[in-house]
Amino acid sequence: MSIYLNKDSKVIVQGITGGEGSKHTARMLAAGTQVVGGVNARKAGTTVSHTAKDGSAVELPVFGSVAEAMAETGADVSIVFVPPAFAKDAVIEAVDAGIGLLVVITEGIPVQDSAEFWAHAKAKGTTRIIGPNCPGIITPEESLVGITPANITGKGPIGLVSKSGTLTYQMMFELRDIGFSTAIGIGGDPIIGTTHIDALEAFEADPETKAIVMIGEIGGDAEERAADFIKANVTKPVVGYVAGFTAPEGKTMGHAGAIVSGSSGTAEAKKVALEAAGVKVGKTPSETARLMREVIESL
Amino acid sequence: MDLYEYQARDLFEQHGVPVLRGIVADTPEQAEAAAAELGGGVVVVKAQVKTGGRGKAGGVKLAKSPAEAKEAAEAILGLDIKGHTVHRVMVAEGAQIEEEYYFSVLLDRANRSYLAMCSYEGGMEIEQLAEERPEALAKVEVDPAVGIDAAKAEEIVRAASFPEELVAKVAPVLVQLYGVFAAEDATLVEVNPLVRTASGDIVALDGKITLDENAGFRHEAHAGLEDKAAADPLEAKAKESDLNYVKLEGQVGIIGNGAGLVMSTLDVVAYAGEQFGGVKPANFLDIGGGASAEVMAAGLDVILNDADVKSVFVNVFGGITACDAVANGIVKALEILGDEASKPLVVRLDGNNVEEGRQILADAGHPLVTVVDTMDEAAAKAAELAAA
Repeated sequence: MSIYLNKDSKVIVQGITGGEGSKHTARMLAAGTQVVGGVNARKAGTTVSHTAKDGSAVELPVFGSVAEAMAETGADVSIVFVPPAFAKDAVIEAVDAGIGLLVVITEGIPVQDSAEFWAHAKAKGTTRIIGPNCPGIITPEESLVGITPANITGKGPIGLVSKSGTLTYQMMFELRDIGFSTAIGIGGDPIIGTTHIDALEAFEADPETKAIVMIGEIGGDAEERAADFIKANVTKPVVGYVAGFTAPEGKTMGHAGAIVSGSSGTAEAKKVALEAAGVKVGKTPSETARLMREVIESL
Repeated sequence: MDLYEYQARDLFEQHGVPVLRGIVADTPEQAEAAAAELGGGVVVVKAQVKTGGRGKAGGVKLAKSPAEAKEAAEAILGLDIKGHTVHRVMVAEGAQIEEEYYFSVLLDRANRSYLAMCSYEGGMEIEQLAEERPEALAKVEVDPAVGIDAAKAEEIVRAASFPEELVAKVAPVLVQLYGVFAAEDATLVEVNPLVRTASGDIVALDGKITLDENAGFRHEAHAGLEDKAAADPLEAKAKESDLNYVKLEGQVGIIGNGAGLVMSTLDVVAYAGEQFGGVKPANFLDIGGGASAEVMAAGLDVILNDADVKSVFVNVFGGITACDAVANGIVKALEILGDEASKPLVVRLDGNNVEEGRQILADAGHPLVTVVDTMDEAAAKAAELAAA
């Protein structure tokens, strides 16, 4: 088991012919992901050449629309690599086509575009969006839909949800001997589709996941709300980490959503809220990994 | 990006929001001329700073003539308001104010939506109003797919308990203000106060706008609104190279890949610094996932030009760009910089091809470079070097 994604997931790539889309299609195939095609209206009817995990050559069809790609391939997952200016239309198209899971990697999408596509997706109610501005999702040894290096670690009992890509990699690396059920990067933008709470709920329900690492950072109050959720709904042990204790007020730290505004969104407030919910919070990534190791050893 | 009041006024005017005439002035003489241009009558001279509490700090003065406007500008220019020095004033038309209201529309992260806030009782700081009289501040969700149309605007005005006879006057202004929010890709449009004048007009007297920098690609004019003179020179230099850099007050320069990892690195250095006389991180710098030698060199160049920096901590997790590529980037960056590279570098690599990466750095044997295995130990080493 895993959450949201497994070896049977059939994946299409929106922007499969672009630089990023092409590079990561190759990596996803190498990781064993069932990539079944892509979308680019201007190149509909053509194919792109790639290599499957077993080394055999594959020709992936390029379709004119997500709806057509789904009808022809049975895809249930799509990943978006299109540039920011076109991301809103790409997301709305996928939502309208009824895709089940949509991973939006694109960084730099205007937040009003995200607000609009989120409102649209929420009204439709059939698509789970992960991102934007995220590394995607990986169920080790089964499927990768995103840009996470697939060879860091294998399958295991830890579920991970994080706003940050590199901190996800770091944590997977530190705990590589234990392994992960699924790791999700939910993204660092002010408006994102899947939240910490969504992932916590899914990990709680997943029998393969025995413990959860939750990585947050400054900005907004998602971690505080996740803490409330954990207190009321999560029985599995949760270990947390929050980045940005030294971030000054009013400055955006890399991620568009990572900003302390006045006294809200501070790392300290998030840490306090998580600890009050019974979450063990590490001061550094290595301490967080150590806390998780202790949790796993005590299970 | 936060705008100055005069910039907000200009954008309001462009989008048809009723505003008073206003002219900016950088000298007392310009303020005098501006007052004359506005008719020579009563004007208000207002400090242009990106912080609240101007009035209390003496940054807003009424002037009855151009000569008084000059005096007012003399008093205001150069003032320090909560750490912001006043370099510019706006000379604005005077108005007979009957009533003051409050309106804002903003991005609501928690609800992944927009929120309109409105009060019949304006004029005071909104945080104060929200705390002391929360019932007087109406909060109405705005659907991003629909926005504030005439019906929504009336709903907001009524929720804020405006007298019925004012609804038809105020609502159209809210529609126009939402027009600014949507058309300019703002994350905040705030008017405080929104006023009713003696002649019955609804006017946006003071506005605040925050623009979404991610939307800059579809707003050519936004780049011109940036206050380049007020920016930190190192931040300006970093921006020219498209680097994600924030200057901080510390001694350990930081370079890393990924916003989360870099934020985490700052924290770890600050903890380590406690053992070394309170040494702190000097900056945030995220060179991103595909850290090429050129980007590494540009980043090192910015950091080494920071006079406060005593040591540099390069903290990279090799993911898509593996550690050997990153190590080659560091070696090449040091070649490019030559003698300019004059401060000790502590490098920590982890992740894909970490052994190859460490070997490349060891083979290069650069005298300034120390390779340390873990993030915690590297932070301690960098802090120690900065304190020495």
